[in-house]
Amino acid sequence: MNTVTTNPVLRLSNVAKTFVTPNGSVRALDPVSLDIRQGEFISIIGPSGCGKSTLMNIVGGLLDDYDGEVQVDGVPVRGCHKEIGMVFQEESTFPWRTAIDNVAFPMEATGVPREERLSRAKDLLRLVGLDGFEQRFPSELSGGMRQRIAIARTLAFKPRILLMDEPFAALDEQTRLLLGDKVLQIQQELNQTTMLITHNIAEAVQLSDRVLIMTFRPGRIKQVIDIELPRPRSSKLMGGEKFGHYVAAIWEDLREEATRGLLEMEGARSGS
Amino acid sequence: MSSAAISQTRLPAWLMRTLVILFLLGIWEAGSQYGFINAFTAPPPSAIFFAFIRLVEAGDITRALALTFFEAFTAASIGTIVGVAAGYFLHRSKMAGLAYTSWVAAAASAPLVLIYPLFLVIFGRNPATIIAMGALGCMPPIILKAKEGLDGVRPVLLNVGRALNLSARKQFWMIQFPAALPTIFNGIRIGLLFAIINVVGVEFLISLGGLGYMIAYLGDRFDYPAMYAGILFVIFVSVVFFLLTERLEKWLLSSR
Repeated sequence: MNTVTTNPVLRLSNVAKTFVTPNGSVRALDPVSLDIRQGEFISIIGPSGCGKSTLMNIVGGLLDDYDGEVQVDGVPVRGCHKEIGMVFQEESTFPWRTAIDNVAFPMEATGVPREERLSRAKDLLRLVGLDGFEQRFPSELSGGMRQRIAIARTLAFKPRILLMDEPFAALDEQTRLLLGDKVLQIQQELNQTTMLITHNIAEAVQLSDRVLIMTFRPGRIKQVIDIELPRPRSSKLMGGEKFGHYVAAIWEDLREEATRGLLEMEGARSGS
Repeated sequence: MSSAAISQTRLPAWLMRTLVILFLLGIWEAGSQYGFINAFTAPPPSAIFFAFIRLVEAGDITRALALTFFEAFTAASIGTIVGVAAGYFLHRSKMAGLAYTSWVAAAASAPLVLIYPLFLVIFGRNPATIIAMGALGCMPPIILKAKEGLDGVRPVLLNVGRALNLSARKQFWMIQFPAALPTIFNGIRIGLLFAIINVVGVEFLISLGGLGYMIAYLGDRFDYPAMYAGILFVIFVSVVFFLLTERLEKWLLSSR
């Protein structure tokens, strides 16, 4: 495992979460501890129901009621933090705003002058490969384009840490690969610290410096795999021997958890 | 029916609608000319048409329309302001929402126009009574739709604002309200029609002018062709209103 030389930009110490429901309490997350360096790209991969979205919501500040501590630059945070930006799995563009107004939204909310925010939004749209689509409404664009708008919108307020919760889950495989390339390119250009939640192994290998494998519920980190593939990367890596080796290694670890998850989910379904 | 079947006939929809209306009018006209229909209680369309011209020439119908329009518009404006605010309250206070939403829904389906004597006592015999009745009548759909719209905003859109640390005010005005707007607008459209119905209904009952009163007055004088002209005119005005607001809605929400 990599030794952390600089101070981590994001640190999780024993972060855990138990949901209390009318049918009793459910342990969603066992204590998770994790350090992320500036500019690092990590992926968290695990079977459905491993608490990876819970973890993301805790780090993003959407869930307040948890155990443990989240630190940004060594300072404990509760609630949403201006250094942390989130990209959601669901379609999250504002249908009443054009592409450029969607991207300009965070700047508008914080009072950046109109000229400046529009020119920055234009640059960001170019960065995600959407120049020429500034005045289109989301309903006129494809799912992949809308997700790129959402990514550009999140980048617009210059968060140092980018959290992405299965941002490509609703997209087809080819769009997903191309969008992955785009995200890599942006991440490398901006040296953005990124935490990606995914259930797609190839995607995790393609994008990450480190892949964290989580167990089935209650989620905890089972294994950390360093991806030592040269950068800059792209989806062209996928044919390589090393790439295949990493995918196989991750699946080896993940298989057991996924099987357990599947059995438990099916058990719960037939039991109810 | 498939769209292919429609396009094969090559008749536009508006023409098909007009043909149906002309067909029915033709049966009516023939029926009352040949005595199958009592021409006194159901005068033929041609007589109604001439009576309509008479009403227009005398200026009765324009004056009545102006008053009814003023009353309905004022009523709908008051109903919109109060109704959207009430819908917001029912959305915001979970307890109030649970306690009162079913009352509002019940009110929406009740013939509220029947409580006009109470309003007559409160506001007196003047247009205020009619406006108040119209406002009351249009509120239930506006309240229900405003609540539905605000409740129905997708959580992920709100999370975008939360992740940006927006203030509660910005969260509402920049995300929640615009997201709920199509549904709110839908309620206002229905409300406007309810306002017209109630206003004409109360006018009919309390003899203070307007289209409703005109119809009642002509009926009392047994001027049935003119009375039918008035009734058909009210129907026509409502339909035009419905279509206009539909256009407006489509235009406003063209982006979604």
